[in-house]
Amino acid sequence: MSDQVIAIIFFVAIIALTLGITAWASRQTTDTSHHYVAGGEIKGWQNGLAISGDYLSAASFLGIAGSIALTGFSGFYLSIGFLVAYLVVLLLVAEPLRNMGKYTLADMLTSRFNTSSVRSVAALSTITISMFYMIAQLNGSGALIGLLLGLPYWLSVIVIGILMTIYIVAGGMIATTWIQIIKAVLLIAGSLTLSIMVLARYGFNPLELFSAVESEIGKEFLVPPPPESFTTSLDVISLNIALVLGTAGLPHILIRFLTVPDAKTARSSIVAATWIIGLFYLLTPILGYGAALVVGQDEIAEANAAGNLAAPQLADALGGPIFFAFISAVAFATIVAVVAGLVVAASSAFAHDFYTNVFRGGEASEQEQLRAARYAAIGISLAAILLALPAESFNVAFLVALAFAVAASANVPVILLTIFWKRFNTTGAVTGILVGLIASVGLVLISPNVLTGPNPEPPATPIIPVDAIFPLLSPAIVSVPLGFLGCYLGTVLGGRGAEREREQGIQTSYDEIRVRANTGITNIEQEIREASPAEEPRTT
Amino acid sequence: MERNDEWVRVERAPAFKELVRAKKAFIIPATIFFLVFYFGLPFLAAFTTVLNVKVFGPLTLAYVYAFAQFAMTWILMHLYVSRANRWDDLVERARREAAGEGRSA
Repeated sequence: MSDQVIAIIFFVAIIALTLGITAWASRQTTDTSHHYVAGGEIKGWQNGLAISGDYLSAASFLGIAGSIALTGFSGFYLSIGFLVAYLVVLLLVAEPLRNMGKYTLADMLTSRFNTSSVRSVAALSTITISMFYMIAQLNGSGALIGLLLGLPYWLSVIVIGILMTIYIVAGGMIATTWIQIIKAVLLIAGSLTLSIMVLARYGFNPLELFSAVESEIGKEFLVPPPPESFTTSLDVISLNIALVLGTAGLPHILIRFLTVPDAKTARSSIVAATWIIGLFYLLTPILGYGAALVVGQDEIAEANAAGNLAAPQLADALGGPIFFAFISAVAFATIVAVVAGLVVAASSAFAHDFYTNVFRGGEASEQEQLRAARYAAIGISLAAILLALPAESFNVAFLVALAFAVAASANVPVILLTIFWKRFNTTGAVTGILVGLIASVGLVLISPNVLTGPNPEPPATPIIPVDAIFPLLSPAIVSVPLGFLGCYLGTVLGGRGAEREREQGIQTSYDEIRVRANTGITNIEQEIREASPAEEPRTT
Repeated sequence: MERNDEWVRVERAPAFKELVRAKKAFIIPATIFFLVFYFGLPFLAAFTTVLNVKVFGPLTLAYVYAFAQFAMTWILMHLYVSRANRWDDLVERARREAAGEGRSA
């Protein structure tokens, strides 16, 4: 049997498995609540695995390994940032969000600011961030399938796009949750096996691996790149701001906290996820350096300029064609699963926020909503496919870092201030999201990502050959403060003040928000009044 | 207005005040600590070369610092969760106190 036949058999097996799950799940998806958040019935460990699945995307598996293989320590920033970000999520955002939200990020914001303008801009930023993230995943899949099956980049992007649309439209959140769980297990098993095979060559001693890197590749790969100029130093800080804050604004991660029944389960799912994700990221230097040593940096760069294929190439070198096919199939499942989760988040934002609550004023039937969610999923998949086509030369992990920057700028300020700032008002929320969104996307468009930069490294291949106006690759150091500033100025300068808004019924009182965010009490009449049966209606 | 009184009643419950105090006492210092610790690495790496020192065989200080971030994340996470699970009792008490106050007031 030729290598390609084996590869195709593995692919078909993985696709059959996930389609089977989708078919099973589609029989369980009976209403919108099941479609969006799996009816809020997912268990803590299941959700933990699913969060890990959502999080350990093609960026983590393909991108970070490739980045460490080609650039050394600076690729490891991504691992650290992606992990520490969970502290921001756990300590500041997860429980209030779980206590205030329903299906989407906009639900959480509109539980305080009940206007269609807040809902619309929140939906817009959710869709934009998901889109950036999807482009990254499709980009990784294009490179991967190209290597594996010999398909051209554009064709593999289209194939994976069609597959993911089938998953979502048929299966909804339950299907994507189970796909995430299976894929997380496969991905961790694959990475662990691969790491053990690398370490076996170095006496099962990671230090010997590091020594080999030092002697065979160079000691500069074990340290951060030397401070070149103020701009490159600033870019490192900027990237790290995006990494550590971005997760707390990623819609497809945040809606995972709405799929569990209570705050305790939300907590236990983060604990499970953080352990799994952390242990996985600890393996990334082994994979990256292993690939650099065993496969060779030149060969990695030749297969994909950004290093996106380092991990599958390592599997080929260590375990031959069958293991290569297995790892590639796992990477493929990873991409399909993550993209599926993203499409759920983006299509929920469109169908639930735009269609149901803004266009139809909350009057759409369950059937109509479900249909709108499915059409939205198709539309969003199509748009992502079109945008992914010109993005071939980017490193996957870097594209994801850009999505993090947008999330950190547009969503994080408004989420934090909605929970913690008493004076915050509707105008502030709207301007905050818009300023953060426009600043982060706008700065990327005029940066060396798109235009010509001073040092055209792999992630900086210019799409338009014009000198960059904004010098940094990562916009967060400017756009995150701008997002906060937008919230503040909008609140102070525009609008009517929190008190007036309350009187007009477009803002919920901060007393209520504070109690709800901290306790999870939603129905005050039922939970407090009925808990005091002796209370008589008094008229004084 | 009527409805808001119910929320204010919970806010005024001693257990709720204790809950908010306990949360602030942990979350604010913990957040400041982990942000400073986290940004220490990229700041030192971007503006100095102190992390290039080898401290443990071929392992550089940069990697030791990086691995310490993993340990910090897991430790802080468990500290938070063990506290948060105790805070759930305060939520329950605040609920009862607010209901009780409604009866006696």
